[in-house]
Amino acid sequence: MTSLPANPGTKKLGLVIDLDICVGCHACAVNCKEWNTGGHSAPLTDENPYGADPLGVWFNRVHTFEAGDGADGRTVHFPRSCLHCEQPACVTVCPTGASYKRETDGIVLVNAETCIGCKLCSWACPYGAREYDHADGVMKKCTLCIDRIENQNLPEEDRVPACVSTCPASARHFGDLGDPDSAVSRLVEERDGYDLMPEMDMAPVNKYLPPRAPARENPAMQAPALAPETPETEAEDGFLGWVDRMLSR
Amino acid sequence: MHPAYSVIFFTTASSTGYGALIWLVILAGTGATTPTFAFGAVTFVIALGLITAGLLSSTFHLGHPERAWRALSQWRSSWLSREGVAAVVTYVPALVFAAGWLLLGTVEGIWLWVGILAAILSAATVACTGMIYASLRAIPRWSNPLVVPLYLGFSLSSGAILMVTLAAIFGMTPGIWAWIAAAATALTWAMKKAYWRHIDTAAPTATAESATGLGEIGKVRLLESPNSSANYIMREMGYGIARKHAARLRTISMVTGALVPIVALVLAGFLGGMPALAAVVLALLGTAIGVLVERWLFFAEAQHSAMLYYGASDV
Ligand code: SF4
Ligand code: SF4
Repeated sequence: MTSLPANPGTKKLGLVIDLDICVGCHACAVNCKEWNTGGHSAPLTDENPYGADPLGVWFNRVHTFEAGDGADGRTVHFPRSCLHCEQPACVTVCPTGASYKRETDGIVLVNAETCIGCKLCSWACPYGAREYDHADGVMKKCTLCIDRIENQNLPEEDRVPACVSTCPASARHFGDLGDPDSAVSRLVEERDGYDLMPEMDMAPVNKYLPPRAPARENPAMQAPALAPETPETEAEDGFLGWVDRMLSR
Repeated sequence: MHPAYSVIFFTTASSTGYGALIWLVILAGTGATTPTFAFGAVTFVIALGLITAGLLSSTFHLGHPERAWRALSQWRSSWLSREGVAAVVTYVPALVFAAGWLLLGTVEGIWLWVGILAAILSAATVACTGMIYASLRAIPRWSNPLVVPLYLGFSLSSGAILMVTLAAIFGMTPGIWAWIAAAATALTWAMKKAYWRHIDTAAPTATAESATGLGEIGKVRLLESPNSSANYIMREMGYGIARKHAARLRTISMVTGALVPIVALVLAGFLGGMPALAAVVLALLGTAIGVLVERWLFFAEAQHSAMLYYGASDV
């Protein structure tokens, strides 16, 4: 099981995350926690949740970075979750076969029935995408919401990962990145989507879309400036002014 | 990386046990020792005891120790699984060799070959341990070609010192064997120095820029962490040690693990009786402290690429 599929299918389900649009509201992370603490990997245990030093399992976390300096500097909100890599070291290091990559769609999962909680997979993942549940003694990770995307009880439009369905800015897209004609693949093509840490050779499926160039270098995107408002009549002093003020009370 | 005591104990205790087993076979094979019952009984109990205690301690940090047997299944892809299989298989020839020595009083012919097989499997187990670390690309300081030779070197040198000490306790004059142990120790620590030089000077493998892909905008730094208190990843991977402390600990480990044992062993080679015994015991104590500190540093100094998302600028 731990060996990668010998004949992987062409389907590669994954996410495309638009760093130009993400506003850093953390809604995706919160809805991920909400769905998954009752889903396939339930519960996502919180330890000491109301104490000074809470610790809990989250599959999706939103970081905020600054890039560049001065007028060229940008603040970029950066959601990070499992990238469902094509060459996932987290799978091949697993001694038990609990970690596996699905042949049909490339989703990387953990079997909680056979995981011994050795934590080696979390060491092997360069992206810090796996979190250990101390209460269950097993490793947990993003499942790409297999319990939503295949769920016949949900209306068709809701069969997307919880993070995608909840993003108020539509910064997250879900689809088949193995199909060059899919909407997500075209988006990656148009916007020069890229891999995180390609030097780690994990061949991540999820792609990130870079922030667009600042608007000031691209004036067409700005709304036309408003003309300064001028009052129709000059306010008058003296008696006429006093009459005007009295009448317009 | 967080230096977990169970893993430090496992890697040092088992590897010393395997090293001692290898030297026991060499002593028997070269006729340097005759298979007397008392010496054999004590050394087998200590060597196999260290191996077993180490393996048991490595299961303490598992979330489900009762499922540990499952770890033997994925030897096709996983070095951890291979290590487990090699460790279990090694017991067979090791126990047969011990039976020949203790019950039949023989270490010749087929019994010696069984011993040689146990020695080869012992080395293979230690090499698998090294490969677990060396194969992790996410921890660039470990994924280098010195890690496996280092694990083998520490196993053979600390095993040699343990074996020379036990032999001295049973009245053997250390002689040339003390010098062999000194040479193994010197060679291992020379490799360790090269490892330290490598991790101090190697160019970073990944940066905050490559981790976020935002390098084209400019230098990348963390503005806000996703969580207000440390999460699992930060606790497990985010262990940091100040360079100043690391330098001091490196010196402590070199003095206790290399300098003291090498001087003591070289002297022991010229001595006999009580003075020789005192010298090898000193070497053993020094090596125990030096190797434990070295192993603690091996973890504490290694940085994980996931920390690039939590404020590290390169790894
Ligand atoms: S992001 Fe990490 S956990 Fe997810 S598939 Fe890649 S290596 Fe595995
Ligand atoms: S923690 Fe579980 S899934 Fe991860 S490597 Fe160990 S056994 Fe496999």
